[in-house]
Amino acid sequence: MQEQWTTTIRPVSGWLNINLAELWRYRDLIALFVRRDFVASYKQTILGPLWFLIQPLFSTVVFTVIFGNIAKIPTDGLPPMLFYMAGIVSWNYFSSCMTNTANTFVANAGIFGKVYFPRLTVPVSVIIINLATFAIQFVLFLCILFYFTLKGAPVHISPWILLTPLLLLQMGILGLGIGIMVSSLTTKYRDLTFLVGFGTQLWMYATPIVYPMSQIPEKWRWLFALNPMAAVVETFRYAFLGVGVISTDVLAFSFGMTLLIFCIGVILFSRTEKTFMDTV
Amino acid sequence: MSDTVIKIENLSKEYRLGTINHGTLYRDLQSWSARIRGKEDPNSKIASAGFKVQIGSFMALDDISFEVKQGDVLGIVGRNGAGKSTLLKIISRVTMPTRGEVKIKGRVASLLEVGTGFHPELTGRENIYLNGAILGMTKKEIGRKFDEIVDFAEIENFIDTPVKRYSSGMYVRLAFAVAANLEPEILIIDEVLAVGDAQFQKKCLGKMEQVSTKQGRTVLFVSHNMAMITSLCTSAVLLDSGKLRVRGNTSDVVLSYYTQYSGSPASFDFRSSNKFIGDDHAMLISGSVVDSEGNVANEFDIRNPVTITMRYRVTRPDHYRFIPNFHFYAPDGTCAFISGPQEVTTESGEFEAVCTIPGNYLNDGTYFVGLALSSMETGVKAHFYEQNALSFNVKDPIDNVPTRNGYAGPIPGMIRPKLDWKIRGVA
Repeated sequence: MQEQWTTTIRPVSGWLNINLAELWRYRDLIALFVRRDFVASYKQTILGPLWFLIQPLFSTVVFTVIFGNIAKIPTDGLPPMLFYMAGIVSWNYFSSCMTNTANTFVANAGIFGKVYFPRLTVPVSVIIINLATFAIQFVLFLCILFYFTLKGAPVHISPWILLTPLLLLQMGILGLGIGIMVSSLTTKYRDLTFLVGFGTQLWMYATPIVYPMSQIPEKWRWLFALNPMAAVVETFRYAFLGVGVISTDVLAFSFGMTLLIFCIGVILFSRTEKTFMDTV
Repeated sequence: MSDTVIKIENLSKEYRLGTINHGTLYRDLQSWSARIRGKEDPNSKIASAGFKVQIGSFMALDDISFEVKQGDVLGIVGRNGAGKSTLLKIISRVTMPTRGEVKIKGRVASLLEVGTGFHPELTGRENIYLNGAILGMTKKEIGRKFDEIVDFAEIENFIDTPVKRYSSGMYVRLAFAVAANLEPEILIIDEVLAVGDAQFQKKCLGKMEQVSTKQGRTVLFVSHNMAMITSLCTSAVLLDSGKLRVRGNTSDVVLSYYTQYSGSPASFDFRSSNKFIGDDHAMLISGSVVDSEGNVANEFDIRNPVTITMRYRVTRPDHYRFIPNFHFYAPDGTCAFISGPQEVTTESGEFEAVCTIPGNYLNDGTYFVGLALSSMETGVKAHFYEQNALSFNVKDPIDNVPTRNGYAGPIPGMIRPKLDWKIRGVA
């Protein structure tokens, strides 16, 4: 007689064990994780969610002073404030997606060791939180954009703006892909935690955030094609401010690379989640 | 459809001993490049000694098979490291088995350790939702159960207070309330009831019973507290170094837990094992539990007397006044009573001390006997004290037991003596 078992627990087999239906069943948990992290991070702070705005504003001011006024790096004829802010807001979103998911296993070892739920709920909820943070900062960016447009800055919004959701998706899955890849590897190699910290900073300077792509000599541009974030940031800036060097080829290539990184991350993650309790 | 809800087949879990890797990427790469070039691994600890040591492995679970029926409260007992937690971890899908499989019907929820899954900054209300969702409930289900959970945890007034301001007792109450009211088909409880006050413990036990008998849910319960196992579980398994030793009714398993682990038999003789317990003045030789016919036994009808005998030798009396004494303990480690003779000896030689506990005196259950020889001279001196040296089990056939008078339920207490009673009409 065939019996109806709801769960069968067997040794790990196969490469890909991601159960998307199960992840969907736990959507309430994802929502609650989002809420928890959002609420918890600003409880017992005086300014509360205002910090979401203060932080990019502050970075923008610092960049404007150092790179704009002191180093005098050109900004494609745009007001430096506006130029840096576009880069910072999008980079912040990507880098926090990456760094906040990079410690998934180690930071949650306690609860992962006690109870089962789809482990991907944790990094997915992190991405959603960052998306919300981005939304807040994006509104700030739009306000500043509006202000400078009123003052007559040479800004023109291009039709590429329609690509914004795709750009956000790409930054999200790129950050998630690298984050969960690192989090899987850190269960064995703790070194990577250090690497993530300063690697993120190096990566930022390898991305046209504090300088425009147009400043890069033509013969070196191919190097930037290898950095998927370069195309994304440059496109984002082109979409909203109307300046930048973009090409569909490079953007498509960066999207393909993002997907590849994401797939590797998911595979590593699904391998690790089954056994990491024995190695962590 | 059979009513088996958990089916465990040839389950094994193997852990590799020692370091799995060197922990840093640099060393792993170093070892790897040395291997490629055909050189000695610079990070191998045994390379310098010139011989290889097999990487050891350790079976946390070794070919375990058993089934659990719906509505069972299964006690899982065993010494530390016997594999209890590994078994629960596999059933709750925290880790994977190496071989074999577990089939489960229904949802499994574990009662989390105090505060796991609680966020200190969130309020009780938010944590109930969060914890419920971690245990696999949807928001709607939690909403339906919410009042019941709050009511059970007795935290109505603090429901909107961050849980970091809760007392540890409130924490546990909330955690238990969430897990127990979730209505999972299978509830896993790993020794958390030890926390919380006695009154709440009682409430939890009542809830567990209700969950299993009335709602037909299955409970897996791990504890070192044999009294709790005995009173709660309908059956039990005994694990020992990863192997399933006994699967059966609770009292049998509890008894084998004790006889196996504390080495408490119905009789022992140190003359055959060359074991020495004692000091300069006296030593323990042997001990046994015997029935009224003088046969060594470990099971007694509650109505029959139990006799404990102890042989010992006094080698150097030195004017001590020797008093043998027996210490009776319940499985949970509570002392039931201590008994000694009304006489003393002062000479050297071999002695046998015999103490008979009359029938209708002890309660049913397992008793452990510590054998001791003390002396009173200048202060009390213990020459030897062998804890849990002997054990025996008192069985209650329920029918025709005078101390029951027809009542069939469990009777608490360390002892259940038949005493002199008089009832007379006074008006």
